[in-house]
Amino acid sequence: MTGLFSEVFLSALLFGAVTAAIPLLLAGLGEQMSEKAGVLNIGIEGMMLAGAYLGFVGAFYSGSLWLGFFAGAAGGVAVALVMALLCVRIGLNQIVIGIALTLGLEGLTALLHHFQFSRSYPRLPAAEVTVIPLLSDIPVIGPALFKQHLIVYLAVALVFGMGYVYRRTQLGLNLQAAGDKPAALDVAGIDVVRTRTVAVLTTGALAGLGGAYLANVGAGLFIPFITNGAGFLGIVLAMLARGRPIWVLFGALLFGVCLSLTTAMQVAGINIPTDIIQMLPFLAVMIMLVLFGRRASLPAALGIPYERGAR
Amino acid sequence: MSIDTAPTVSATALDATSGAATRRDILHRLLMTLGPILAALVIAGGILLAVGVDPLAYYGYVLEKGLFSPLGIQQTLTRMAPLLFLAAGLIVAFRAGMWNLGGDGQFLLGAVTAAASAPVFVQIMPAWLALFCSFLIAMVVAMTWSLVPALLRAYQGVNEIITTLMMTFLGTSLANVLVKLVFRDPGTTVPQTRTLPVEDRLPRLFETTITSGLLLGLAAIIIVHLVMTRTAFGLKLRIVGANPRAAVHSGLGVPGLTIAVFAISAGLAGLAGAVDIIGVQGNVRADWNPAYGLAVIPAVFLARMNGFAAIGFVFLLSVLSIGGESAARRLGVPNHFTLVLVSIVLIVLALAEYVDHRYSQSRKA
Repeated sequence: MTGLFSEVFLSALLFGAVTAAIPLLLAGLGEQMSEKAGVLNIGIEGMMLAGAYLGFVGAFYSGSLWLGFFAGAAGGVAVALVMALLCVRIGLNQIVIGIALTLGLEGLTALLHHFQFSRSYPRLPAAEVTVIPLLSDIPVIGPALFKQHLIVYLAVALVFGMGYVYRRTQLGLNLQAAGDKPAALDVAGIDVVRTRTVAVLTTGALAGLGGAYLANVGAGLFIPFITNGAGFLGIVLAMLARGRPIWVLFGALLFGVCLSLTTAMQVAGINIPTDIIQMLPFLAVMIMLVLFGRRASLPAALGIPYERGAR
Repeated sequence: MSIDTAPTVSATALDATSGAATRRDILHRLLMTLGPILAALVIAGGILLAVGVDPLAYYGYVLEKGLFSPLGIQQTLTRMAPLLFLAAGLIVAFRAGMWNLGGDGQFLLGAVTAAASAPVFVQIMPAWLALFCSFLIAMVVAMTWSLVPALLRAYQGVNEIITTLMMTFLGTSLANVLVKLVFRDPGTTVPQTRTLPVEDRLPRLFETTITSGLLLGLAAIIIVHLVMTRTAFGLKLRIVGANPRAAVHSGLGVPGLTIAVFAISAGLAGLAGAVDIIGVQGNVRADWNPAYGLAVIPAVFLARMNGFAAIGFVFLLSVLSIGGESAARRLGVPNHFTLVLVSIVLIVLALAEYVDHRYSQSRKA
């Protein structure tokens, strides 16, 4: 049992938690922005898959992880563009289109993977890490938190950046209004459709980036259905966070620790079905909801397409 | 919840009174359904061409195996049974404005309890009673599972999209734990529940391989449709869905109705699991999750929560999935292409409905 609680083990556990949390964080932040602007983005799983596939392809053929991330974000945006066109501009049902996009991208990326990589299953080399001096020397948490890929720090910084945008900027107010009372935003002379489109495309970029991180840094390869529900977890996180980016971070870390624990238990050879550990974060959140269940504070116009002049 | 679910009461083509208008309406609906499907097949055919597969050969196999060959159509009709139950459950929830996205968890728990109980029951009581009890248990378990989101929504106003999504993740894992630890068949090496002997399963229809679960599913969705459109209870639920505040003001017990909606919806999802196990599969293997719910949800929307239209869409889904599976095997395309096809069909159908709606509005104006 000594091996289980050794410094190295704990550090690896924490490192894995961060790695597992980053895609959830990016997806959650993205979904949060969509929801703030009144678009329930169920297609986020599909956007992540597009990001994961294109991110991997980009990194694999260019040899540059950053080009991969860029391609992943672009892939997410491409899917988001379809969503924005169908759900924001012409107002089709967001749940139908969202699920359809998720199903389609699941199939499409699996199909492309089959024809491209299924014989070789190529892998990317391990991602290089950015070591933060001094902080990384702290025992246990140092190697886990401060020897990560640069994009991890950027993602965490993004949490605070988005908090600032929501609270202090015109854009943040516009987004909020687009979700709460789009007609008022329209009267104020700001294009609701454009505001929501910006939100959905940003969601696509973030989700695509999350997917690319999952494939390129987390796994080092692309396999079909690699996101495995991460997008839906992002939706849960965004709704639980009640519009505050920092809560998305906390939630993502909670789920990340549990996901990492699953792997760690397997490595340590402890014989509990991984399903039980996978249930932990959901149980924790459900218990929290039962104990402190409060009125949902979702945007009033969430899920309702905006049509100018409709009653 | 504020998401627009305004139940489209007018969508029921059957409400139209004059016979000629009804026929034209049905013809129009048929055209507006088959046209987009054809368009979707052309688009998806482009993708097939791009990956070097002959689309005509592919669709030929889909039609042959999913629709025209005797064995294929029997498989298709068998696949419909669980999907119909799921669709029935979703119709109740969506018409009442509640977003039960936890269908897959409820389905799996129903499936596991049915798989665990049926082989035991058939040994101690007559077969028909045993199957009935298994159905009942599956339903009750799924209903109980939905109690947490129902209570949270009814009394705390906690959004049910989050809670049902989380409960579906929990339910999927719990179903796996039950299969691996509690109900595991000691006689096999692979983790799975004990297998229900074929002769004890739901009888097949006539001389075919079609499960009689199909009839149960059809009955379920038609009853749900009639209850939602023709009874006072259905009207109450639709009022809750259309405007919860108005429902409170007209004296409806909204919390009670909310719990009832979740119970019915989840109960039907549990029955879907039971009918798939007792009628078709015979046991639950670990990590088995067909994720039917994800495909049925958009189908129910496109059917505008109309039970009869939903039957048509469920049939379409079944043809595509059964036909796609065998076409994939023969042509060496991974089965994942079916997902792409279903996705394109859904999107084009939604688009066509929008165009149709705009067109009829501009004619009225």
